Amino acid sequence: MKHWQHCLALGVLAATLPAHAIEFSQFQPAKSSLTFVSKQMNVPVEGKFNSFRSKLAFDPAKPAAAKAEFEIDLASIDAGSQDANDEVAGKAWFNTKAFPVAKFVSTSVKPLGNNRFEVAGKMTIKGKTLDLTAPVTLRQEGNSAAFEGSLVLKRADYAIGDGVWADFGTVANEIQIKFRLVASASPAAK
Amino acid sequence: MSPNAASGSRNSYSHVAIGLHWLIAFALVATFALGLYMHELPLSPQKLKLYSWHKWAGVTIFLFVVLRLGWRLAHRPPALPAAMPAWQRMAAEATHVLLYLLMIAVPLSGWLMSSAKGFQTVWFGLLPLPDLLDKNKELGDLLKEVHEALNFGMAGLVLAHLGAALKHHVIDRDDVLSRMLPFLAKTVPGELK
Repeated sequence: MKHWQHCLALGVLAATLPAHAIEFSQFQPAKSSLTFVSKQMNVPVEGKFNSFRSKLAFDPAKPAAAKAEFEIDLASIDAGSQDANDEVAGKAWFNTKAFPVAKFVSTSVKPLGNNRFEVAGKMTIKGKTLDLTAPVTLRQEGNSAAFEGSLVLKRADYAIGDGVWADFGTVANEIQIKFRLVASASPAAK
Repeated sequence: MSPNAASGSRNSYSHVAIGLHWLIAFALVATFALGLYMHELPLSPQKLKLYSWHKWAGVTIFLFVVLRLGWRLAHRPPALPAAMPAWQRMAAEATHVLLYLLMIAVPLSGWLMSSAKGFQTVWFGLLPLPDLLDKNKELGDLLKEVHEALNFGMAGLVLAHLGAALKHHVIDRDDVLSRMLPFLAKTVPGELK
């Protein structure tokens, strides 16, 4: 856990090193974002998670060898209103007391060309693990890389919004998720 | 026009004005009551539905009010009783102007409040209204107060309007109420010529 938390110092160090073997692995939480849009009575409502971490290793020269892990503190949600935040922490939604963290672990990264990749992995929410793939676009910005993408997650697959909320007529099943993960470079050789 | 001559000779609002008045009156009372009921509910699918219905009703009422205002500006309303004192005429006129302003301002404030609170208005779940304001919690809370104050102001004026209409009918026994409720006309002795 420790090495990716000392990101700043290493990031600065990395900038001074020769660039021949770049690996983006220092996650930059302040520059990253995880937002989503749910539809309530067909009204798009924006939300976001304020606290998440990632362990990743991406060498542009060897994208297929890239690895990414992603953890989201579900209690850090901003679902659009205080009422909604309180509601989604409850048992019918994320049950954050029992399942505080959602986790994604990549299993493969497939280069699609043009700085686009298909990342496949296992997503675990509320104790349930399912396969998930997401298209990711890489944007290199100086010494850091932004991995951007969006995907549609079906909340019923993970029993998010159970019981009275199970009816998709009020809150739609499809949740549009947008992510932007920024990592700065560090020397590939450790 | 209808060959039914009786309605033409009576001092009455037009059918269109009467229809719009009562349609909007009932819709306003129902939507106001729904607003009062729904806002204290704990979050539930039912609450989300009621909020949407309230907003759809507000947009619909707004459109009917615009239609009604257009009709009102193009058609002279029936005369007030000649015996009415000037201050009462002025009070009636002021109340009507304020009611029209509030019938426009109340739905507008609700729309702006929804935008500021980050919940767009999508009319009947089909037609998204543009958000004129960005999401802003402080502004949203302020507009909620504004929406509430305008509503209670309108409720007070509606009660005064209702009280005045009944006073004209029961105490003054003139044709003010029957202009908007023509079936009452025959019960007003002064109306029969």
